[in-house]
Amino acid sequence: MDETIKKQLQRTACRVRMGVLTGTFHARSGHPGGSLSIADLLTYLYFVKLHVDPKHPDMPDRDRLVLSKGHCAPALYAVLAERGFFPAKELESLRHIGAMLQGHPCIKTPGVDMSSGSLGQGISAACGMALAGKLHAASYRVYAILGDGEIEEGQVWEAAMFAAHYRLDNLLAIVDNNGLQIDGKITDVCSPEPIDEKFRAFGWYVITLDDAHDLDKLEAAFDEAESVTGQPVVIIQKSVKGKGVSFMEDQVSWHGAAPNAEQYAQAMQELEAALAGTEV
Amino acid sequence: MADVKKKATRESYGEALTELAEQYPELVVLDADLAAATKTGIFKKAYPERFFDCGIAEANMMGVAAGLAASGMIPFASTFAMFAAGRAYEIVRNSIGYPHLNVKIGATHAGISVGEDGATHQCNEDIALMRTIPGMTVIVPCDDVEAKAAVKAAIVHDGPVYMRFGRLAAPILNDPETYQFALGKGVTLRDGTDITIVAAGLMVAEALDAAEMLAAEGISARVINIHTIKPLDKALICKAAKETGCIVTVEEHSIIGGLGSAVADCVTECCPVPVHKIGVQDEFGHSGPAADLLKEFGLSAEHIAEVIRESLKL
Repeated sequence: MDETIKKQLQRTACRVRMGVLTGTFHARSGHPGGSLSIADLLTYLYFVKLHVDPKHPDMPDRDRLVLSKGHCAPALYAVLAERGFFPAKELESLRHIGAMLQGHPCIKTPGVDMSSGSLGQGISAACGMALAGKLHAASYRVYAILGDGEIEEGQVWEAAMFAAHYRLDNLLAIVDNNGLQIDGKITDVCSPEPIDEKFRAFGWYVITLDDAHDLDKLEAAFDEAESVTGQPVVIIQKSVKGKGVSFMEDQVSWHGAAPNAEQYAQAMQELEAALAGTEV
Repeated sequence: MADVKKKATRESYGEALTELAEQYPELVVLDADLAAATKTGIFKKAYPERFFDCGIAEANMMGVAAGLAASGMIPFASTFAMFAAGRAYEIVRNSIGYPHLNVKIGATHAGISVGEDGATHQCNEDIALMRTIPGMTVIVPCDDVEAKAAVKAAIVHDGPVYMRFGRLAAPILNDPETYQFALGKGVTLRDGTDITIVAAGLMVAEALDAAEMLAAEGISARVINIHTIKPLDKALICKAAKETGCIVTVEEHSIIGGLGSAVADCVTECCPVPVHKIGVQDEFGHSGPAADLLKEFGLSAEHIAEVIRESLKL
């Protein structure tokens, strides 16, 4: 990846992380951990890959993104704001009464392609969108982001079967493998591992990405994904929950807890420093 | 009604989809390995490229339907009522209802008249489940003519629709040449002044027979076919409550949460009159021939007439 572009993306990802913190701080609730683990992914997708137009969020040939792990809405909202779908100011009223930004994604929000949040459901909707794309002979792609805990839901595997059966090669799933879910490590709770072998057995083309926070590796994974035809593709991205905020990293307690004022200040300070370090 | 022609509304469903396919190119049909039973097999044969079998995976089927609708298609997701409203309830609520997507659910084999398959497949709760979902339209057609009209109305309507079809052949009451279906508008099939019977689906024919029996005894029973349970034709129900002073509801569904509850909710607000609910009591069904089960569970003209005689004595 071009170094200048990479730095710009890193800066954007940093601002997305700040948006996650701002949103959850003002909401006094929400899910910062898993939001931070997909901040780089969402930044890369919305600023490099996705064919979208903030001025025409419903344009028919746009690429679609379904955040199947809908509780990580703060990251989606932050990246949509960065991309210009709505003002960043909206993040400050996340989860408030009368606010546009709901606790989990709502299809009415500009840039949100599907309501989601009840785990396991988004991937099915993404399959439907991909099938519609095939029927319309449309060029768009459908991206679905799932949590590694989420794939414990049986519906995910119903969808996995469907996508392979109908050869939905315009569907690209990303499993955010941060290794943690509410009750602890995924391997301790009710292990979905081995994730790669499961998807392979279900007929998917599997790409494993060992560092979801390395933009070059992200790019390589998506380039490989786009070369696949005749079957759906899943990228299993190894990520760090809470990535970018020292005291949140790899801590399950930050799955669904908001920072207090002091923690918020510290986190923003760290991210400001990171931002300064990536000045172009 | 021995001489009346009969057809199962599930068959009407499959035929209607096929008849409307050309006019509505966005119409696609999903099924969950039950195409032979839900009769979407008729559509599959005519339009194989617009039919998608999802396998025995109803939850995913509803989600796929949501995604198709979000991308401009008009999907008809088809399976037994037990799995459409029961197993997939939460997906219907969150992936279809909440985003208010244009998905049509064709639920067949509803109610006790599933017969021999028994309690696991006799869904007597689907109307209750579906009508609690905000923005969901719920239609229970009574015969072939109405079922076909309902499918067309569902296509034209923008938003999620739950259509309830039966396994058993139902008497054809309506004339296809003259019948006009209006979503949310009940049909008064017989006028009457002493009591009103509000029925849906297979029970409409029983209600008409009961009214006929009662007429011979000097009891004037009004009969309303309320094919749309949600949105309910409140004006028609309230008018009947005011004019006849008593209502009996008849449904092939639990008396908890279905048509009877909807009617009772309605009259409580506009004109509180006694509402006697005839339906499956708070119990599961069991195996047996459909006709025998309907009698056993009180879903017959004789039982309706009996309930009305008793209620008018009060």
